Parts: sequence; structure tokens; C-alpha cells
Amino acid sequence: MVEAPQDVTKIGTLIQPAAQLTSQRRQTRLRHIVLHVLLSMGAFFMILPFLWMLSTSLKAPGDVFIFPPEWIPNPIMWSNYAKSWTLKPMGLAYLNSIKISTLTTAGTLFTSSLAAFAFAKLRFRGQHLLFMILLATLMIPVQVTLIPLFILFKWINWIDTHWPLIVPAILTNAYGVFLLRQFFISLPGELGDASEIDGCNPFQIYWFIYLPLSVPALVTLGIFAFLYHWNEFLLPLIYLNSLQKFTIPLMLATFQGAYTTEWELLMAAATIALIPVIVVYIFGQRYFVQGIALSGLKG
Amino acid sequence: MIRMASRPSKLRRQEERWAYLFLLPQYLGLLCFVLGPVVVTLFLSFSEWNLVAPPRWIGLQNYQVSFQTDVFWQTWRNTIYYVVVSVAGGIVFSLALALALNEKLRGVTLYRGIYFLPVVTSAVAVSMVWRWLYNPEFGLFNAVLTTIGLPTLPWLNSLKWAMPSVIIMSIWQTVGYNMVIFLAGLQGIADQFYEAAEMDGATAWQKFRHITLPLLSPTTFFILITATIGAFQAFNQIYIMTNGGPANATRVILLHIYILAFRLFKIGEASAVSWVLFLILFILTLINFFVARKWVHYG
Repeated sequence: MVEAPQDVTKIGTLIQPAAQLTSQRRQTRLRHIVLHVLLSMGAFFMILPFLWMLSTSLKAPGDVFIFPPEWIPNPIMWSNYAKSWTLKPMGLAYLNSIKISTLTTAGTLFTSSLAAFAFAKLRFRGQHLLFMILLATLMIPVQVTLIPLFILFKWINWIDTHWPLIVPAILTNAYGVFLLRQFFISLPGELGDASEIDGCNPFQIYWFIYLPLSVPALVTLGIFAFLYHWNEFLLPLIYLNSLQKFTIPLMLATFQGAYTTEWELLMAAATIALIPVIVVYIFGQRYFVQGIALSGLKG
Repeated sequence: MIRMASRPSKLRRQEERWAYLFLLPQYLGLLCFVLGPVVVTLFLSFSEWNLVAPPRWIGLQNYQVSFQTDVFWQTWRNTIYYVVVSVAGGIVFSLALALALNEKLRGVTLYRGIYFLPVVTSAVAVSMVWRWLYNPEFGLFNAVLTTIGLPTLPWLNSLKWAMPSVIIMSIWQTVGYNMVIFLAGLQGIADQFYEAAEMDGATAWQKFRHITLPLLSPTTFFILITATIGAFQAFNQIYIMTNGGPANATRVILLHIYILAFRLFKIGEASAVSWVLFLILFILTLINFFVARKWVHYG
């Protein structure tokens, strides 16, 4: 007698009346429509600044100050781009940014994957303590290292060179070590054991076995490292003085200082700075999103 | 028997040597560019130095001087305002977006791509664009407000609106990042929990309150910690959009330290402020971890 009612309710939910099902489906569809409306409004707000930037960058000087503003410039001034490219050495800034970001990314991938491999696949005394110290440094804000680093680089005559932007960046990437360690742990240890018997030393095992297997993780981490250094502003601002050494963000900032109200030129310069990153992003979106998800999973 | 016992220990020692070698670059960097500078900042905070004359030991005077200036307290009020509102707002918006995108909607990849786009862009470039959007006379935002019949706002130019304007822009730039981490967290919650709750007739709100929120709490905690540390280091967008103005209304801690150290060359005072920040951030993180025991559930 006790079990009977339970059975009845179970059957009741299994054979739901057709009307209830369609009403449920209708409810879901309604909810999806509402979500689509909200999400597309939000998405429009997200890209609005970029559209406004593009529109302004193609306007004639006087047309920028028409109120209310017009979206389609008339005439379309492509020459704004040529002008802002030449007003400041933007090409040089591009080369500097490419040089710094490439070197730091390659270097940091190497050093952090080495350390990550040691943590994941080798055993040594102090392993746990060293790893905890590394994690703790993630919480140290840039403010407490800024001034001594400036003094250090002034002392060894590295101010107004690219070295203070490259060397520390290659040698400090706690986040990278942490993420790659997670990745190496997920790879089976037998791979290394087999090659150890074949007479490989740990570096060979790292270089020939584990590194080729971790290309996806390295690509993701590499993209973020590259972007981070490409967009870095505070450190170049402190370390660099001469225009020839400037990176893209720093060059943009001087642009703003020099042409305060020439909005069409400022927006053209901003577009020039943003285009390559946006193009790369559109083609490599998968890697960007994957990488973030990877870091979030092991909170 | 003796051979078998001694071989592994020899191998073990060899393995250890390799491990330390692998860790060397990262820990050298950690020592020279992170831990060393933290200690040096502490020493500098007890001295008077303008980078030219030799430094002079003055004890706690830098701290006393800082605590007596109005701008120090104003900077802290601004910083707390910025951190609390941008972190709380950022979490609410990114969680809402992640919940919406976790539905089986069409076009989810496109939405995700658009919301994430500002994350990859240079803060300097997009801050210039936002300064133009916020322009009180010719900016897009006031044009929209006029069109829909609302009074215009002074945005970055007013004491009251400057900080909210900066925060809106900051949330716009970072919401996609936390959204993707939340999405990864949401996808880690097994469907069975929801199915079981539906069997019991739970409403959407009950499911969110009693399943999603508790099971998502490790992700929320991760985002809370990283976003807070990040918000204390806000600099680029403020430097470009307001440079701390009007009347120091948006002067936050990193900008304050930058101005003290690299414009006024008060190295000692800047170091003292850095250490105050470091201590506060340290205590805050400890409190966070302590309170976390009450609300973070690790499955």
C-alpha cells in the first residue's frame, strides 16, 4: 500500500499529457526569444564603441563636431589613416611591439614549460614549498615591485632600451607555470618512463616527448602572453623615453597628448592599433576562449 | 640487493638536479624581479630619496606624511569605490551573461565571441574611443540621451559622474573574460542535479539558488579573488580617460603611486603607499579565504 502511490506518480510524469508538453516547449521558445533580444542588445552595446571609432576615423575634420552625429561619413576620408600613420612613427612602433611581444612570448613559453615539467613529472625536495611560493607571488600587485625595478634598470643603464620589458617578462610567469603544470599532469607518466629506459635524460624527455604533445596548451598560453605584452602600457611608459623605442600603446598615448581634439585622427590611430589584434581574434577565437576556460576550471 | 637499493637513490639525486636546473630561470626571475623588489620597496619606504641625492633613512616619516595628506585618503576612497563597484558589477553582469549563454540557444558562439572581443583589445586604444563616446558636447552617449528625450550627462568631466563612467568602461572591457570562466564553471555542473530538482517541481529560481549558486561557488570565489587583485591595479583606462581628474575624483592607488614616484620623484613616499596597499591586499585576501569556508562548496 505504501509503494503504490509512488508508482502512480512516476507513471504520471512519464506519460505527460501532450498539451502540457507543447506548453512547456512554447515556454522554452518564449524564453529563448526574450534571451535573444536581451543578448543581441548587449552585443550591440559591446561593438558600439568599435563602430563609433570606425565611423569617426573616416570623417572630415569639421564633420566630427556635427550634433547629433551622423553614422555614415560624407565624404569618406580614407586619407585620415595615411595621415595618422605618418604623423607619428607608427610603423616603427609596430616593429617595436612585434619584437618585444615575440621575444617575451617565446622566452616565457620555454622557461615556464620547463618549470611546469619539473613540477609535474619530476620529484625533488622542496617541491610543494616551491610551488606554494610561486602561487603566492600571483597575489603580489605590480605596485610593490615597480619602483625598485625602475631603480635597478636605471642602475644597469637599461632605461630607454627594450631590455627591461623583455628580460623580466621571460623570467617571471607564475601563471604560465601553473597552467602548464596542470596540463603536463594530465599527460600519462608512462611516456617518460619508457624513454628513460631508452637512455633519455629529463631534458630530452621534456623536449622530444612532452613538449610536442602540449602544442595546444602552448598555443593558448602563447596567445595570451603575446596579447598581454602587446597591450602592456605602464611599464613602457616608465622605461621608455625616446619616440623611436615606443610600443603601439605608448605611441597612441602620445598621439592623444599631441592632437587633443583631432578626433578623426585619434580614432584612425586607434583603429590602426586595434585592427591586427581583432583580425587575429576573429580567426583564432577558439583558442582564446579555450585558454580562459582552462584557467577557470582549476580555480 | 645492495645494487637495487642504491640505484634508485642515485637516479633520484640525478632527477633532483635536473629539476632544480629546470626551475632555475623562473625562480631566478622570481627572486630578482618580484621577491627582491618587494623587500627593497619596504626599505625605500623608510627613506627619503629623489633618485638624485643619496637616500636618507627617516624611519616612519613617509607613512606619517602620507596619512596626513588629503589626497592619500581621497585616493583610498576612490580606490575602494572603484574596486567594490567594478568587481560586484562585473560579477553580476558576467554571471548573467554566462547563464544566458549556457542555454541551448542558436548563435551562442557568435554572442560569446562578441562579448569577449573587448578583452583582447588594447586598453589604451579603447580608452581613447570611450573618452570620445563620453564627450559631453559631441559624444555618442549624449547624442543618444538627447534623441530619447533625456537630459545629457557631463560624464568624465564631473566629480560625480567621472568614476561611474570609468567603471562602466572597465566592466565593458572585462565582462567577457569572467563570463567565459563562469561558463566553464556552469558546464561543469552535472545535468542530473537539475533533472532531480525538476522531478521535485523546483522553480527556475529555486534551481538557481540551491543548485547553480552553491555548485558554482568555487568559480565565483576564483573570479572574486582575481578580479579584486586586478581592480586594485587599474591604471591604463584612468590614465588615458581622466588622468585622475577632475579634481582627483578618479585618482586611484596605482596612479597615485605613479605620480608620486615618476612625476614628483618622492620615491620614499611612493614606496610607503605601495606597502600600505600590499598589506591591505594581503589582509583582504586572507579574509576572503577565511570567509570562503562559509560559502564556497567544493564538490
